[in-house]
Amino acid sequence: MMALSKKMLEEPSEIEMLLPWHAAGTLSARDARRVDEALARDPELARQYAVIREEYAETISLNETLGAPSARAMQKLFAAIDAEPAVNKPSFNLSSRASAFFASLSPRTLAWSASLGALALVLQAGVIGAVLLHNQPATYQTASLSTNEPITRDLGAAPAAPRALVRFSPDAKVSDITALLEHYQASIIDGARGGLFRLQFGTRSMTKDEVANLMNRLQSEKIVSLAVPTP
Amino acid sequence: MQVLYGRHHVRVFRFGLRLVRDEQVAEDLISEVFLDVWRQAGKFEGRSAVSTWLLAITRFKALSALRRRKDVELEDEAANAIEDTSDDPEVAVQKKDTSEALRKCLTSLSSEHREIVDLVYYHEKSVEEVAEIVGIPENTVKTRLFYARKKLADLLKAAGVERGWP
Repeated sequence: MMALSKKMLEEPSEIEMLLPWHAAGTLSARDARRVDEALARDPELARQYAVIREEYAETISLNETLGAPSARAMQKLFAAIDAEPAVNKPSFNLSSRASAFFASLSPRTLAWSASLGALALVLQAGVIGAVLLHNQPATYQTASLSTNEPITRDLGAAPAAPRALVRFSPDAKVSDITALLEHYQASIIDGARGGLFRLQFGTRSMTKDEVANLMNRLQSEKIVSLAVPTP
Repeated sequence: MQVLYGRHHVRVFRFGLRLVRDEQVAEDLISEVFLDVWRQAGKFEGRSAVSTWLLAITRFKALSALRRRKDVELEDEAANAIEDTSDDPEVAVQKKDTSEALRKCLTSLSSEHREIVDLVYYHEKSVEEVAEIVGIPENTVKTRLFYARKKLADLLKAAGVERGWP
């Protein structure tokens, strides 16, 4: 009893404290080797390790009996997410943060695929488009004409901002594209037909020279394989 | 988000449930956790595993929920008074069911000890990851788990279970 009391008052050794992580297999290779060596030469430590393995197994067993949340939790979450734009005004920042986040979740070796890129960009365009709706000047559309393109006219005085058809290189990541959009203050207004996206740059008009300069800068971007002005 | 939720929601729920001990509260907790993730996606820097980040948010939310319920004191009292309030472990021992007694004693640990046991054994978090989730130094993580295990041994001993340690 005395020996036991004395033992319980003793400070644990470093190796002794690492035993639970050894049982769970989460030690570094170096620490795991140190613990294995100590276990091989210290029977008392080995006894303690056997106790720990029992605790480890029972903790897993206990947690596994806890079940899973009901569908209510998921419904509540996605209802809250759906309500987010109404509560918090989305911004360019939000879309870029979301894109960066999802990019960070992807394996580094994830290669560009046209379908993945198109899907991600269309989703992103949806977010950005929702933002732009707040800033677009009022327009009206004639009802008497039937052409491929609707005839619209700005009621405000602002002239049109420059637009371009852009094709991104096959190895471009979503995060790279988002960064480029932010850098050029651009938004995707249409895409991706034949791998081409229609981008709009800022909200003010540019001179011919400015547009040409913009196209040259875009064309020199590593992730852009084609950039041509478009109405 | 659906992929992230699908992959992690069960473990997040179980971690939260072990802390708050109420299924309804734990379900509300996971909605709050993933909504926070949706809102704060940009703050995730990829330096730690996504699961570590999720568990850290869950812990913070669970502690907030516990504070709201103001039953932390009750919980600690329950942990300290196991031999007085419950004879279930003794009954279990009579049935030679050490496993059941062990599980009951694991449930009776304080929330501080419970979370560290769960993080290491069930969620398989390293010393560094537990330190990040709980917000304490790595050495404290090691000593806290050691003393959690000692408390577990005390509870088992009080219930008549001797395991040869300490």
